[in-house]
Amino acid sequence: MVDRWDERAKGAVHEPSLALHIEDLTVSYDHRPVLWDIDLDIPPGVLAAVVGPNGAGKSTLVKAVLGMVKPAAGHVYVFGRPHLQQLRRIGYVPQRTTVDWDFPTTVLDVVMMGLYGQLGWIRRPGRAERRKAMDALEQVGMAAFCHRQISQLSGGQQQRVFLARALVQDAELYLLDEPMAGVDATTERHIIGLLKELRSRGKTLLVVHHDLQTLPEYFDWLVLLNVRIVAQGPLKQVYTLANLRQTYGSQIGLLHGMPAGTGGPGAESPGSAALETAAPRAGGRR
Amino acid sequence: MPGLEILSDFTVRNALIGASLLGVVSGVLGTFAVLREQSLIGDAVSHAALPGICLGFLIAGTREIWPLALGALAAGAAAALAVLALTRYSRLKPDASLGTVLSTFFAAGTVLLTYIQNRQLPGQAGLDSFLFGQAAAVLPEDLWFMGAVALVALGAVGLFWKEFKLVAFDPGFARSLGLPVALIEAALTAMIALAVVVGLQLVGVVLMVAMVIAPGTAARQWCRRLETTVLLAAGFGAASGILGTMLSLLGRGLATGPLIVLVATGLAVVSLLFAPGRGAAWKAAARRRARAAIEDRHILAGMWQLAQSHGDAAYAVEQGMLDAMYGAGARGALERLERQGLVEPVTHMSEEGLHWRLTPEGRKAAAAEPLSPSPTVRGE
Repeated sequence: MVDRWDERAKGAVHEPSLALHIEDLTVSYDHRPVLWDIDLDIPPGVLAAVVGPNGAGKSTLVKAVLGMVKPAAGHVYVFGRPHLQQLRRIGYVPQRTTVDWDFPTTVLDVVMMGLYGQLGWIRRPGRAERRKAMDALEQVGMAAFCHRQISQLSGGQQQRVFLARALVQDAELYLLDEPMAGVDATTERHIIGLLKELRSRGKTLLVVHHDLQTLPEYFDWLVLLNVRIVAQGPLKQVYTLANLRQTYGSQIGLLHGMPAGTGGPGAESPGSAALETAAPRAGGRR
Repeated sequence: MPGLEILSDFTVRNALIGASLLGVVSGVLGTFAVLREQSLIGDAVSHAALPGICLGFLIAGTREIWPLALGALAAGAAAALAVLALTRYSRLKPDASLGTVLSTFFAAGTVLLTYIQNRQLPGQAGLDSFLFGQAAAVLPEDLWFMGAVALVALGAVGLFWKEFKLVAFDPGFARSLGLPVALIEAALTAMIALAVVVGLQLVGVVLMVAMVIAPGTAARQWCRRLETTVLLAAGFGAASGILGTMLSLLGRGLATGPLIVLVATGLAVVSLLFAPGRGAAWKAAARRRARAAIEDRHILAGMWQLAQSHGDAAYAVEQGMLDAMYGAGARGALERLERQGLVEPVTHMSEEGLHWRLTPEGRKAAAAEPLSPSPTVRGE
């Protein structure tokens, strides 16, 4: 029996200067490709957003990095090593709606689950684990709720609990799937504050995001995805109307007040007022 | 009716020990099945046990428990795999896959059973008791077998507690930690087959699914943590086993297995209705109480307003007026308020019909009531 759940044979080091390095990744469910020939580089220490329309493969990209879906082709390296050897260095915040919040368990229990990977087989969490979990709950402002049954939490509180669970993982690369979906404004501010703090502590964060308007305020790195990678790089260079239009299709061209053909690498950024209408409209498109 | 001395009876003691073992095992393992929304897999697995039992008998040539249980286990596992495979690789939805597999295996089992019975093979008598179980047929060596299976199953749950818990709650996150989730899910399903095997003798293949679902469902209503849920489910399961067996002793021809199942489902129904915070009846009562409390506050505030507009804090309001303002519920609300000492009926105006006024406590409560309008008239 292996000591750790994620222990695999050691492989060669490849692109160790990148937090995440993906080569030629293709994932398909049945015959429909969900991700097509993805090449992606995320340098360490950035707070990166992944945006794209519904069905663009954003969640699948995250799951592929975590080894939760089997790619048809391609390689994923995390800090220079094949991702499956590096799961201990990756923290994960799944979409809130993927679990049954009526499950009989408490907030503290859920947060301690983030430590299960470090504990390995059979060993139970003890006092040290409880303390780490309480620290994380403190950071997300949920310490007072530690003994609450999780069914009593609001959406925003659920998200904070998931965030605390990722915090105790003490990872170096964090993958977050729509952490701001369906939470109140206070929680959203709290979450982004926390993500920026993690970045300042040298962590790398890749966040699936849905709100184009808040991109420049929240993130410093941007990945535009629609089955293929449309553009990637520092937000200031990538966040252009031309790129967004290419990602979301023609709808974005219908934006009021935006002259056609603006954009291009390094060109002016699209006005946030105009983009406000873009996300929901583009969302309906596959 | 037999007295307590019957408990020392050999057959009865075997049945009681067997029934409590069965209850504990199915309660513990069933809780995971219920929480993973996999309880019906238990139905397919238990029905599929029948052909396994028959094959075990045909191969071993005896009615001993080990070959039969092994056959049941293998067939149950095959059925569970078939359900998963059908759901994954065909266009059948999970419920249709379950139904198909369940009936196919059970049909095969029935064919084998009638075949064996007609061949008059030695030792085949009573093989059909595995359909609905037969408590009197439980032998000491069966108990050793059931105990061994229980030990293995409960030991596995104890050992891999945190792994099972994580996979039941959030399989996606479990995979992100590198945990072999598919393997653990397979183990959890296989353990349902173990629970079924433990129940074969007593409850039988047809009703066994109830023992997988009911204790966990009942326990889930009362508990906030998985630890307590599983323990309570074990308790409910054991209690059902013991109570059901005792009930069957009350008269001749009362089948033990079905009685155990009835007790277990009875516990589940009571829990679903009355568990605090989650039970349907409990919630309805809480809603009623909340509605009544709001009605009370409205009437209190209304009377306060009337008293103020008349410049008389002890102003007596006619019942009919309150009826007109608050509907037929006003009388009930006034009586509730009277019991709380907040209003009192005014008796000296009885010739003019019933009147009500606020007591001094009522005035205090009404003045503090946010529903009350700000005072327009001062009066005392």
